[in-house]
Amino acid sequence: MLDVETIKKDFPMLNGKTMNDKPLVYLDNGATTFKPKQVIETVNHFYNDITSNIHRGDYEIAYKADVAYDHCRETIAKFINCEPKEVVFTSGASASLNMAAYSCGLCKLKKDDVILITEAEHASNVLPWFRVAEKTGAKVEYIPLTQEGRISIENFEAAMDERVRIVAVASVTNVLGYIAPVKQICEIAHKYGAIVVVDGAQSVPHMPTDVKEWDCDLLAFSGHKMIGPSGVGVLYGKYQILQEMEPMMLGGGANSRFDVCGNVLLKEAPFKFEAGTPNIEGVMGLDAAAQYLMNIGMANIAEYEKELHAYMTKELSKLDNVIVYNPNGDSGIVAFNVKDIFSQDAAGYLNSQGVAVRSGNHCAKILVNFLKVSDTIRASLYLYNTKADVDALIEALKTCTIENCIGTFF
Amino acid sequence: MMVNELLKDPMVLREIILDHYEYPRHHHLVEDESYHQAHMASESCIDDIHVQALIKDNIIQDINFEGVACTISTASTSMMTELLIGKTLEEAKEIISNYYAMIDGREYDEEMLNEAISLQGVSKQANRIKCATIGWHGIEQLINESEEDHDSKE
Ligand SMILES: Cc1ncc(COP(=O)(O)O)c(C=O)c1O
Repeated sequence: MLDVETIKKDFPMLNGKTMNDKPLVYLDNGATTFKPKQVIETVNHFYNDITSNIHRGDYEIAYKADVAYDHCRETIAKFINCEPKEVVFTSGASASLNMAAYSCGLCKLKKDDVILITEAEHASNVLPWFRVAEKTGAKVEYIPLTQEGRISIENFEAAMDERVRIVAVASVTNVLGYIAPVKQICEIAHKYGAIVVVDGAQSVPHMPTDVKEWDCDLLAFSGHKMIGPSGVGVLYGKYQILQEMEPMMLGGGANSRFDVCGNVLLKEAPFKFEAGTPNIEGVMGLDAAAQYLMNIGMANIAEYEKELHAYMTKELSKLDNVIVYNPNGDSGIVAFNVKDIFSQDAAGYLNSQGVAVRSGNHCAKILVNFLKVSDTIRASLYLYNTKADVDALIEALKTCTIENCIGTFF
Repeated sequence: MMVNELLKDPMVLREIILDHYEYPRHHHLVEDESYHQAHMASESCIDDIHVQALIKDNIIQDINFEGVACTISTASTSMMTELLIGKTLEEAKEIISNYYAMIDGREYDEEMLNEAISLQGVSKQANRIKCATIGWHGIEQLINESEEDHDSKE
């Protein structure tokens, strides 16, 4: 079990901060997460001690920065069980998914091919595919969700056929928090020769990830949602696939040589995808974040969140004025509304009580068709949350009336 | 002066917002070619409303609205319809700029805004300013369009 009280001490954002004069209760971890001092110190170490550019220094601090940067590839390789050369650093999950679409999708798709996604995908795993479909003449089709909002193997199998070249799904969806059966999806998709792109933004931070076990082809995730810095993320790719992909961005660091006639020799993956000076301190911070999480153990984190999630759903279900949309969610995400109160008004009231949650359609705009509500409140947990945080949410919800929502303006 | 005294009481002001939210005025659209319509969708939240206005002889004859919106955007748009119907375009523009001044936390003329002063607290919650102005931006857009139409016809 986690020693949450000790963990909390590592996070400056959790050391007695207040919001609207109430103790801060942060339940928006699906949006972003707090950072432990180990990550902050690592980023500061770059700024304070070894600021320099990588891959080109002839002096000591540059060498140190270089080593620190490269070290992260090894850490991430351990973290998701792959080879270091299969780790491409990007600016985040959105950048990784765009890279999957443009560098892989654009080369592999032709007219009438199909890209299979779901209605529960985040905008970052929808819009790049729309664009690539438009450019190639391929079509975006949807795996029908079950009544609960999940991908079932049966539905997926029924949606698969020879036309499908790419399957792009979230391993955990960002509104309903369901785990997708990624391993089976890969197995079935591969029988048809399709490539599977996994959006791991909401799963990689919260549970063990083993890309070999899944056998997925590409995996995208963000540093800031896993206690790391913003502006850094990863695209994992099977090496063969990375080699076949064409970088969408070229420049310094991505080529090994070129001449005035325009002949360019690109470096091998992953370097050909990392043109320009990268977010060096971000990558170093991501290294520290992944190590921090591995020290605690991803399985422990997953188990702890599951228990806390069960507690939160149970307590929410006792409130007459609350509707929960995913009572059987598999991760730390709960989607709900306060009856007869617009989600933004309720979130505004919770804010006045020190509780940070997110209202809206959470960048999953096409899910609206499925849920039949235009928007929800999302509370999302992480390893540093406690039952006391859930209790604070519940207490605040008990007094969440329309009068009190309006009262926040006085 | 009774009215103004009442408008100093926070309890009354809350009731005013609630009343406009629960019973929004002019909250229906009409199918009529002579109305101009604006679709206002906030990029940062889910408010998504349509505002329509009938502007004739330099006067705002009618305003309607409808859509998905939070308390603040519904109430503020409802108040806007009451304040602006029957006003000349010049009068309307002055009321609108006074309202924006209040929402931005600047000096404004209370007399001109009547019940809408109940929303002055929005100026302290920057994340809700868009909600409080979405309908107002809608009517502003329709006024500008009507003036452009007018200019191009002259
Ligand atoms: C499922 C999912 N995919 C992708 C993203 C995009 O991540 P980022 O904004 O870090 O690029 C998010 C972030 O909210 C997400 O929840």
